[in-house]
Amino acid sequence: MRFVGYLGSLAATFLGLSAVTFAIGRFVPTDPVLAIVGDHASRETYERVRIEIGLDRTIPEQYAHYLWRVLHGDFGHSVMTSNPVALDILHFFPATLELATLATVIGVLVGVPAGVAAGALKGRWPDHLVRFLGLFGYSMPVFWLGLVGLWLFYAKLDWVAGPGRIDVGFEDLVEPRTGALLVDAALARQWDVFNNALAHIALPATLLGYISLAYIARMTRSFMIDALSQEYVVAARVKGCTFWSAVWTQAFPNILVSLITVVGLSYASLLEGAVLTETVFAWPGLGLYITRSLFNADMNAVLAGTLVVGAVFIGVNSTCDFLYRIVDPRLRTG
Amino acid sequence: MSATTGSYGAWRAWLDDAAPKSQWQARLGEASRVVGKLAANPLAAIGLVIVAALALAALFAPWLAGGHSPTAQALGARLAAPSAEHWCGTDELGRDIYARIVFGARITLLIVALVAAIVAPIGLAVGMAAGYFGGLVDMALTRVIDIFLAFPRLILALAFAAALGPGIANAVIAISLTAWPPYARIARAETASIARSDFIAAAVLQGAPAARILVRHIAPLCVSSLIIRLTLDMAGIILTAAGLGFLGLGAQPPTPEWGAMVAAGRDMILDQWWVATIPGLAIFVVSLGFNLLGDGLRDAFDPRST
Repeated sequence: MRFVGYLGSLAATFLGLSAVTFAIGRFVPTDPVLAIVGDHASRETYERVRIEIGLDRTIPEQYAHYLWRVLHGDFGHSVMTSNPVALDILHFFPATLELATLATVIGVLVGVPAGVAAGALKGRWPDHLVRFLGLFGYSMPVFWLGLVGLWLFYAKLDWVAGPGRIDVGFEDLVEPRTGALLVDAALARQWDVFNNALAHIALPATLLGYISLAYIARMTRSFMIDALSQEYVVAARVKGCTFWSAVWTQAFPNILVSLITVVGLSYASLLEGAVLTETVFAWPGLGLYITRSLFNADMNAVLAGTLVVGAVFIGVNSTCDFLYRIVDPRLRTG
Repeated sequence: MSATTGSYGAWRAWLDDAAPKSQWQARLGEASRVVGKLAANPLAAIGLVIVAALALAALFAPWLAGGHSPTAQALGARLAAPSAEHWCGTDELGRDIYARIVFGARITLLIVALVAAIVAPIGLAVGMAAGYFGGLVDMALTRVIDIFLAFPRLILALAFAAALGPGIANAVIAISLTAWPPYARIARAETASIARSDFIAAAVLQGAPAARILVRHIAPLCVSSLIIRLTLDMAGIILTAAGLGFLGLGAQPPTPEWGAMVAAGRDMILDQWWVATIPGLAIFVVSLGFNLLGDGLRDAFDPRST
């Protein structure tokens, strides 16, 4: 029953999103028929194409048609690459996923312990340090952080490789099995390719990981403070449990559930934020594909990319919300 | 000396009067207590100073720019490093970056103010309607709020701006469309709890129509929560607007918009670091200021923190 409700709200949100992308497509000031037939087409050709692409029908009919095509993975052709947009998205999405996943892993591995320490030592220096770094993290324009990072770690210190996903000389050396370059190179045991890809992903993943850990640590801290003030923690302490043992064995398992949602939100926002970071790092993912299509007035690709990223964003968010309700017994009823 | 403390003491007593004689006395008292709490919190005070500086820079830009125009080109002095003449150096067209930052404060403040002016009333109206009327209205509106709440903000703003064409107005519309749902949620929750109070029941019994109750009795009580949320949101709005500007979808050249300035300096980052770095620093400092102020306001208004 709960699962049906979850699917229902997911479907409603997706319908809303597709209605918005459809509406945006209709707002575009350029005439979609002219874009296909060109300026010199005869009136007959113009009319024929107009009927072919369904512009003579009512708006609800057009929307139903759009939805039907979207559900079948038909997003039209990209003007920029002249491939079907769906193929382009499949081609570019793994790079975005790889970067966002690595960044989230960094965010969780550093952010959760930092947040626990800050919450447990509230008001002492680790707390101030974490809050300070966190505040910086979510006040920072990510595209600027990327530029400064490139300038410092690539140009000045030469610790990492420059923009892009891999050096030109290493391109296409490994067979794309998963689309994630690090995984593919490791599977093929091409360690020089792996190292080169690692040198490229290190900086963007670390910077995005920092943004993500700022959010994760902040939320972990407030969950921790809340959990430590509960009576079961006091009870454990009275029974002789040491402070840190109470933190990790009593309070921490209880905040894990809330952390699922936080990590999911942060992952979803990294996928979405890809439009900025990928531009800065020339990272060939979906974000760069969307922005490049945008400047080629390729609305098919922009709207399809928006819909796909939006759908993933919605999917990750509502799945976390659902898991949260499943895992937390208090939320199972009502 | 003692006279001033004496008059201060009288003022304080008047402000803190538990039974204020007028609405004004109550409001001023509340405001002074919030300001007092903010001033006692050094981080919030820093935030307040930054936000005030932004407002002053926007207001007095022509004077603060020190005689430099934000748009006058001087190709002979292009890409000059920071110096006594050009405090923050010059950009690729020889324009003074410091002057452009100062004038850019106007753009940032304009975007933020417009988004706030659109988002808060829409959220308030939708939220109050859902919370006050309940039932089917509430269910339908909550569904709409939840759908918009789940939307990815930056990428939808990007698609909107792409469809409507680049420009400040369209960037504002795009951000507003994705930013209003949290306000509706807050207003809905506040309204639902206020609507059960006795003074609302009294107004209903006196025959006041729903519109009057919502506008005169409920809306004023929702305002402080909305303002806190707005302040906390400002940094996000500034960052989204700067991101759109960076991608070329916000203010168009030669408007001195900070995000677009970072984008313009992108290719020169290796040799002329100041062109991209300094506008980015401005974005960072301002959004940090709003975050500090928002955190401070939330703590000052939150009764649990006292």
